[in-house]
Amino acid sequence: MPAPAVAMNPPSATRSDPASAHVTPALVERLRAVCGPGHVYTDADQLRTYESDGLLQYKVTPGVVVLPASTAEVRAVVRACWAAGVPWVARGAGSGLSGGALPVEQGVLIALTRMRAVLEVDLPNQRIVVQPGVTNAEVSLAVGPSHFYPPDPSSQIVCSIGGNVAENSGGAHCFKYGFTTNYVTGLEIVLSDGEVVTLGGKELDHPGYDLLGTFVGSEGTLGICTAVTLRVIPVPEMVRTMVAFFDTTSQAGEAVSEIVSGGVIPGAIEMMDNLTIQAAEKAVGAGFPTDVGAALIVELDGSKVECETLLDDVVAICERNGSLSIRIAQDDADRAAIWKTRKAAFAAMGRIAPNYYVQDGVIPRTMLPEVLARIAQLGDEYGMRVANVFHAGDGNLHPLVLYDGEAQAERAEELAGRIVEACVDAGGSITGEHGVGVDKKRYMPRMFDEPDLAAFQMLRCAFDPRGLANPGKLMPTPRLCGEVPGPYRRHPLERDGVAERF
Amino acid sequence: MSAHTIRRETPRTAEETAKLLHDCAADAIAVRIEGAGTKSWGHPGADCGVRLRTGGLDTIVEHNAGDLTAVLQPGVTLRELDETLAGAGQMLALDVPLGAGDAATVGGAIAAADSGPLRHRYGAPRDLVLGVTAALSDGTLAHAGGKVIKNVAGYDLAKLFCGSYGTLGAIVELAVRLHPRPPAQVTATGTTDDPAELAAAASMLAHCKLELQSLDVRWEESHGVVLARFGGVAAAEQAAGAQGLLAEAGLQAAVEEDDEALWAAQRAGQRSAEGGAVVRVSGRATQLEQVCVAARVAGATLVGRAALGVSWIALPPAAPGELVQSIARVRNVLAPSPCVVLDAPAYVRTHLDPWDHPEDATLVLMRRVKQRFDSTATCNPAIFVGGI
Repeated sequence: MPAPAVAMNPPSATRSDPASAHVTPALVERLRAVCGPGHVYTDADQLRTYESDGLLQYKVTPGVVVLPASTAEVRAVVRACWAAGVPWVARGAGSGLSGGALPVEQGVLIALTRMRAVLEVDLPNQRIVVQPGVTNAEVSLAVGPSHFYPPDPSSQIVCSIGGNVAENSGGAHCFKYGFTTNYVTGLEIVLSDGEVVTLGGKELDHPGYDLLGTFVGSEGTLGICTAVTLRVIPVPEMVRTMVAFFDTTSQAGEAVSEIVSGGVIPGAIEMMDNLTIQAAEKAVGAGFPTDVGAALIVELDGSKVECETLLDDVVAICERNGSLSIRIAQDDADRAAIWKTRKAAFAAMGRIAPNYYVQDGVIPRTMLPEVLARIAQLGDEYGMRVANVFHAGDGNLHPLVLYDGEAQAERAEELAGRIVEACVDAGGSITGEHGVGVDKKRYMPRMFDEPDLAAFQMLRCAFDPRGLANPGKLMPTPRLCGEVPGPYRRHPLERDGVAERF
Repeated sequence: MSAHTIRRETPRTAEETAKLLHDCAADAIAVRIEGAGTKSWGHPGADCGVRLRTGGLDTIVEHNAGDLTAVLQPGVTLRELDETLAGAGQMLALDVPLGAGDAATVGGAIAAADSGPLRHRYGAPRDLVLGVTAALSDGTLAHAGGKVIKNVAGYDLAKLFCGSYGTLGAIVELAVRLHPRPPAQVTATGTTDDPAELAAAASMLAHCKLELQSLDVRWEESHGVVLARFGGVAAAEQAAGAQGLLAEAGLQAAVEEDDEALWAAQRAGQRSAEGGAVVRVSGRATQLEQVCVAARVAGATLVGRAALGVSWIALPPAAPGELVQSIARVRNVLAPSPCVVLDAPAYVRTHLDPWDHPEDATLVLMRRVKQRFDSTATCNPAIFVGGI
């Protein structure tokens, strides 16, 4: 994949954040004492490895990188930061696409890559307990072949469960199976003051607030998870995968609507437009026709009898909506080729353009024709090509803005911003699975008003009153917590209109 | 405070709701926030000067049939909602007991994180709610989430408000995910008088490759039943398959095509008769036999979501002192699985902690959340976990 050009300025928030103390030699010594000298990096070369996550246009050098190996070490690291008032960022595999793991300048970067143990596999209860550095793919491997872990982001070979928890990761199968948040039943977390807190467990419905649900997807701003209990489910009896080709994305969209409204919930339903097909076919060579307007991949899973019946239904619906041809995977190799084409879509863009910018927006599914037309219109306006990949069931759109060289990078990003605004205007969201991070925080006010952001900050302050955990992310502007306000009470005389307060 | 001084309020807009909470906070008046009042759960709580019911907020704001989503005010009754959605062949997969006069509201069910048999396939309220708008005691209206199925922008406060029992503020609007109504439903049942055999059969179905709508168990007097419900195009074939598996496991197996009464009874089993009590057990699936035995020993009826490990033990009406002792025994046997008392006479909810305590550090964090959202302790004070 060609590296996107470096065009953006470092995010401004990192300097003006409430927590702004810097790493000191004394803090580094303390971290060395906790984790061992071999697991604390301060050399410029070592630090550079951690200056970006998967979103390469943002780069910030941390003051120190530390790799704790246990909950106790994480706790001691975080306590040392608390004592020194130094902000920190937790990082999993660094494959995130919103700059969520971008370091704080002169802050501490806590990499969780050494915490990769599978702590317990409990298949009778359909649970697995893992440390945060375990990769997404390793979870399914550990519970297979009888069970699997449904959330499957495209980066599943490398991305870590800790990162998935932070970002509430989805994937191609989440329309039917749900997101990370639907599978996390328990967490052990370390708060910024070093307190270790257990949320949930293997059991459901623990008494009290659903802090588990608020922690998942909080982008590392509420604490660090050090152990994760996940629900896993039995592997379906049968999987059938097909791809239908259409003249237009609208026709494919109509087919999606008809499939879903008819009561079929496919395991996955993914759409690629012509530009995407061209690029992916060049990369994979799976035999997709490159002169069609849209490819619609539908995967059905479940019981054998149900799959067979529904496959016939889906084929009939596609034909009714004008499909040009339909290919039904006849074996595992064929199924793999179809999925390889889909999953290669991002990386394959390098074959048709020197650079690209991946957008992540969500729209109500029925708005697809309008929004795609708007994207095409914006592309024309900017003189840039936009390829579209679409998790069609849940309305998650990934437009890829293609551009050539650093000179166009800023315009490409601007166009991507206009696209995300079009998603919000259509009743959708600025991000479906990549997160807000630093990249999207400027769009937060498009979705949320001041009282909404104030409520977000209430939650944040309950967990991290000093703003040390991943500051400068998610919220559009830095905020301080302050003390819990004392209740304002009207004086009885004031209430009765006898006196007023001036 | 005596009952006659309680002021009743049913605000008709979100703004009125926020203003009411703000004014009450300023005057140090505690507010009891309720839907239809079909669930008196938790601690009896502090005396409240105002009783806020959401019945004035009873509009289905949007039903986006093509997107399988809806935007609802909290006072919409689940029954009315279901009738509306049925017209489009859709449903909100929240099949909870509806209470007296089928009065239960969507806001109340979600604020109490109640759930029914469909949870097996479609999840709990937390999995169905896409967005929330809440009136807070500082007078603001805070909104989180959205009305699309997939969305990771901002903190997921919708989950925080699910199961918060109105202690953080009053929900004034909800966006929810809908599902297509399955065209046909068929249930396979297996009956046995051996709790071990019941648990083994339920576990076998929980791990089998059939796609179930619901997987419940029931224990009543001297026998138990496993109920496996299927929906969709292959419902009958799958139910026949499950019947075969149950028979192989040694149970007396049958298939019921007209199965609505069976499931109505499962829902009803989550509530108690007047003068009885219900304990909700958050167990592990492998504890099912133990939970059945605990119910049998207590002379109680049990319904449970077999694959999820969540069960409801309904103790028959008894003297309040006896109920307190029965509940303590159930808790002793099933510890450390959380056992939360739901329906129960006020005496019982006063003489034991209806909530099982979370760990201290967890409770401290929950208190901090309450303080940030409702610093004046205006909303449903002292009814929740740890007296929150």
